[in-house]
Amino acid sequence: MKQIVSEKKSLLQKTTPKTGAPLWQRMWRERWIYLLITPGLIYFVVFQYLPLLGNLIAFQDFSPFLGFFESPWVGLDNFARLFSDPDVGIAISNTLIISLLQIIFAFPIPIALAIMLNNMVSDKARRFLQSILYLPHFISWVIIISIFQQILGGDGFINNLIRGTGGQPLDIMSNPDFFKPLVVIQVVWKDSGWGTIIFLAALTAIDLSLYEAAVIDGANKWRRIWHITLPGIRSTIILLLVLRLGTILNTGFEQIFLQRNAVGAQAAEVLDTFVYFRGVQAGDWGFSTAVGLVKGLVGLILILGANKLARKFGEEGLF
Amino acid sequence: MAAATWHEKPSFLGRWGMRIFWTLLAFVMIFPFVYILSISFSNFNDVAGKGLVLIPAHPTLDAYNYVLASGVVTRAVGVSLFVTIVGTLVNLFMTVTMAYGLSRRGVPGRGFILGLVAFTILFAPGIIPKYLVVKQLGLLDNLWALILPGAISAFNLVVIRNSFMSIPEELIESAKLDGANDLRILWNFVLPLSGAVVAAIGLFYGVGHWNSFFDATLYINDPAKWPVQLVLRQFVLQGAVIQDVVVNQQPPPSITIQMAVVVLATIPILIVYPFLQKYFTKGVLTGSIKG
Repeated sequence: MKQIVSEKKSLLQKTTPKTGAPLWQRMWRERWIYLLITPGLIYFVVFQYLPLLGNLIAFQDFSPFLGFFESPWVGLDNFARLFSDPDVGIAISNTLIISLLQIIFAFPIPIALAIMLNNMVSDKARRFLQSILYLPHFISWVIIISIFQQILGGDGFINNLIRGTGGQPLDIMSNPDFFKPLVVIQVVWKDSGWGTIIFLAALTAIDLSLYEAAVIDGANKWRRIWHITLPGIRSTIILLLVLRLGTILNTGFEQIFLQRNAVGAQAAEVLDTFVYFRGVQAGDWGFSTAVGLVKGLVGLILILGANKLARKFGEEGLF
Repeated sequence: MAAATWHEKPSFLGRWGMRIFWTLLAFVMIFPFVYILSISFSNFNDVAGKGLVLIPAHPTLDAYNYVLASGVVTRAVGVSLFVTIVGTLVNLFMTVTMAYGLSRRGVPGRGFILGLVAFTILFAPGIIPKYLVVKQLGLLDNLWALILPGAISAFNLVVIRNSFMSIPEELIESAKLDGANDLRILWNFVLPLSGAVVAAIGLFYGVGHWNSFFDATLYINDPAKWPVQLVLRQFVLQGAVIQDVVVNQQPPPSITIQMAVVVLATIPILIVYPFLQKYFTKGVLTGSIKG
């Protein structure tokens, strides 16, 4: 079989030179490939690059009745409003606070969980725990928030428990002050388990003989974690942290959108929800597009910068 | 990691500390599901008192019967099933064909198209322009608006392409010499060899469709075309009342109805979960995350 393959290969090289042939000839030879690429290419043009071009309405006083070609151009007016509209500032600060809280509290938990799972002696117990830890990742935000409502809400489990013992019910789900910690707790509950997967994969790549040698040298469990485990998954941690820093302007749209009305815009408006409510709901199309465009551009700069940072740390980087 | 010979026996305190921790964690993860499940099976007396339903004293299917009879939820489940099944097929067709095309070496223009795809991962076009394009195409209030605008995930495309690239070039070239065109090669050789990855991506696309909520908020105004997540939001989070159009009787407590809808919307995920888990724990996807 192998011989046949290599024979055919040499035959192929003789009869159909890969390079050297005129471009149209090479393209004609790959006509089936182009046919296969076409549906996908149409998708990317229509639903990615056309909207990308559509961002030009950020420079318009866009009106859906006039359309793209008739709406008046207003230069940088919409961008100037970024600085004068107080709601933009609120959205930016909420976005950054929620992201930072998530990086501080929700980011390290999967690392700790992964190390603990990896140290479990019983395979059976570990597999069971993994099954229940991963599950919420696949449940929709609508359901997750319904569940939280049922546990923490005004008529939820916790408050019924408190009432049953004669205490004062706690307002958790609709208290603006508690909104940001609540969002972080929900993310921790939903996605910490899922987050362990990539670290568990990195942990299995650590050479076990290192642990053995450390034990012989008298290193206890904590020293082994500090000197072997953590350095072993260092590059994974840095890579994911860099990626998270690069997407700091994204805060999980659906989760916040669904709970925004319960606590009000002051506490819950983030950039993505701002764009939706100002644009689609209030019809301030040009301005909200400008906000989205600036967010996208800053995000692009952040992710490229974060990647560069990772390389500075001596890591591979994402691209 | 199984117990290695050098593993010292954990201290009594450490061992019990860990056991208590894991038990608590398991409780925190499982209890909310058990709680909503028991509410959904409760009757009026169970939820009327303290509301502390752990195991309903009078288990009943009233809430489920009511939900299924009302028509609103069953119609929404129908919409979601359509979007999930057709949407996933469209996803897989578009992603696999393009991934195969971009996995072949020596195709003029390949690098350029790859660049176009990769750039969309870094820079999303934004909600508003995308909404306007969908509107311009006349797709508002059309279920295809829940399928076409997300027909390809660039990330999934890269994952599938990577798996296609790992297939030996010789295999494809020799099939070509036997007169097979690329369509046949993709169908007969490449797809069977990458079955696990494609199936896993299909499951992820499917779960995404079932769980998708915001696209419908954006593009579908007609309540008759709402998928189940939107109906769920309407009835559970916004407290709208499900009208019973069939029988005129005293409805079960609204909380039990709401939780029955939550349970019904969760069941499909629970059904595919074992398959999902099989794929991602095998590292089918984690191994190929880096493009």
